Amino acid sequence: MKEMIRLEGLVKSFGELQVLRGIDLTVEESEVVCLIGASGSGKSTLLRCLNFLEESSGGKIHIEGRQIDPKTDDLNKIREKVGMVFQHFNLFPHMTVLENVIEAPVRVKKVPKEQAVREAKALLDKVGLAEKADVYPGKLSGGQKQRVAIARALAMKPDIMLFDEATSALDPELVEEVLRTMRELAEEGMTMVVVTHEMNFAREVADTIVFLHGGSIIEKAPAEQFFTNPQAPETQNFLQTTVLR
Amino acid sequence: MTGIAHFFETFADSGGMLTRAMLLTLELAVVSILLGIVVGLLFALLKLSGWKSVAWISDVYIYLVRGTPLIVQIFILYFGLSGLFLIPDFWAASLALALHNGAYIAEIFRGSIQSIDKGQMEGATSLGMNRSLAMRRIILPQAFRRALPPLGNQFIIGLKDSSLAAFISMNELFNVATTLGSNNFDEMTYLLIVAVYYLILVGVLTLLVRAVERRMAVSER
Ligand SMILES: Nc1ncnc2c1ncn2[C@@H]1O[C@H](COP(=O)(O)OP(=O)(O)OP(=O)(O)O)[C@@H](O)[C@H]1O
Ligand SMILES: [Mg+2]
Repeated sequence: MKEMIRLEGLVKSFGELQVLRGIDLTVEESEVVCLIGASGSGKSTLLRCLNFLEESSGGKIHIEGRQIDPKTDDLNKIREKVGMVFQHFNLFPHMTVLENVIEAPVRVKKVPKEQAVREAKALLDKVGLAEKADVYPGKLSGGQKQRVAIARALAMKPDIMLFDEATSALDPELVEEVLRTMRELAEEGMTMVVVTHEMNFAREVADTIVFLHGGSIIEKAPAEQFFTNPQAPETQNFLQTTVLR
Repeated sequence: MTGIAHFFETFADSGGMLTRAMLLTLELAVVSILLGIVVGLLFALLKLSGWKSVAWISDVYIYLVRGTPLIVQIFILYFGLSGLFLIPDFWAASLALALHNGAYIAEIFRGSIQSIDKGQMEGATSLGMNRSLAMRRIILPQAFRRALPPLGNQFIIGLKDSSLAAFISMNELFNVATTLGSNNFDEMTYLLIVAVYYLILVGVLTLLVRAVERRMAVSER
């Protein structure tokens, strides 16, 4: 198995506040890892360190077998390989759906426009939004926006996809369509790191669950084992309160 | 009654000259707002560059412009420039007005760039776009749209400010009107007439700005 991500002693502080306290984690090719934990436990920060939206304060980050040094490596090159989907979509409102999807391939990767359009249409078709290609994001529902955002990230042909609470901003009835898209992606073998509060999704789709608490990994286990037989008291506590909720 | 009749008669008689002067006023206003947009964008980007010393240059410029009367700036530039180079009066006046507009426009752009959700830059960055590409393709187009209504207002202010170019003998509206007034020993009538010209120009521009604002309210969600 190819190692896609390896973190060694990853530390992140905001000033005095230490948010990640030495994270060790490996993610293998086609593995789906769900990060769960209470609000403020550092899930988003961990994810954002993986594509260098946050610069870590210590430790090592290896992407596809190579240790990345933010000082000398071209981070934009790495970001081409590590796609990200955000809670609030972050679509470009002044561009149509199609323009959103082709923007980075054309401008960053210099893919010829016709080819980019062809690939974008195929991706939009895949997420079920082919007929929305020429619409502006403002006219879409939250679920549709998020599926466009997924298509936009996929257009760069990333090897790894990061999802930060991709369904948390959605109306309940729109959550499923986005989860379905994510599930399909997982089935196709995409390597994914997913921050989510959707425990059913995590249980069904994830290979591995990582439980973060106070900036540390308290428990890491195969999904089924994690939910049926959690070891750490913090995990048991968290699972009880979230299932009850 | 005769006063009103006299006003309209004078209005009609001076129509040719004042229309020509109005065109020069518009030219000054348009050229100086366009140059001002370039200057303003430059200083807004300097201010937001993240380098303290570079941002400081922008602060100093804005302070100098806001801290001195426009007429002083016009005179300094006019006499300064014409002492150094052979520069047509029109360009001396336009440049002075542009540098003045530029300071206010820099603040408009800074505000509109900062008002763009930071998720936009993050979204662009996560797709591998570098800072300048993201700025050019993602942030500035949105910021520029948001800046349109305040830019329209700045244009209206600039249009009225261009009357100060009269003092470096540009034959724009105010200058021509006051000259006609004193030649005909009828200052007040000509002042009222020129006021009407400005009101019409500003009225039309205000409607335009409103139309832009309405269109934006529709396109923004
Ligand atoms: N840019 C920042 N500056 C300062 N503190 C920050 C910053 N970003 C995050 N933090 C702090 O780091 C801690 C972890 O934040 P993070 O967003 O990673 O949590 P999270 O697990 O994603 O929580 P949530 O479930 O609410 O999204 C919090 O205490 C937060 O206040
Ligand atoms: Mg978070």
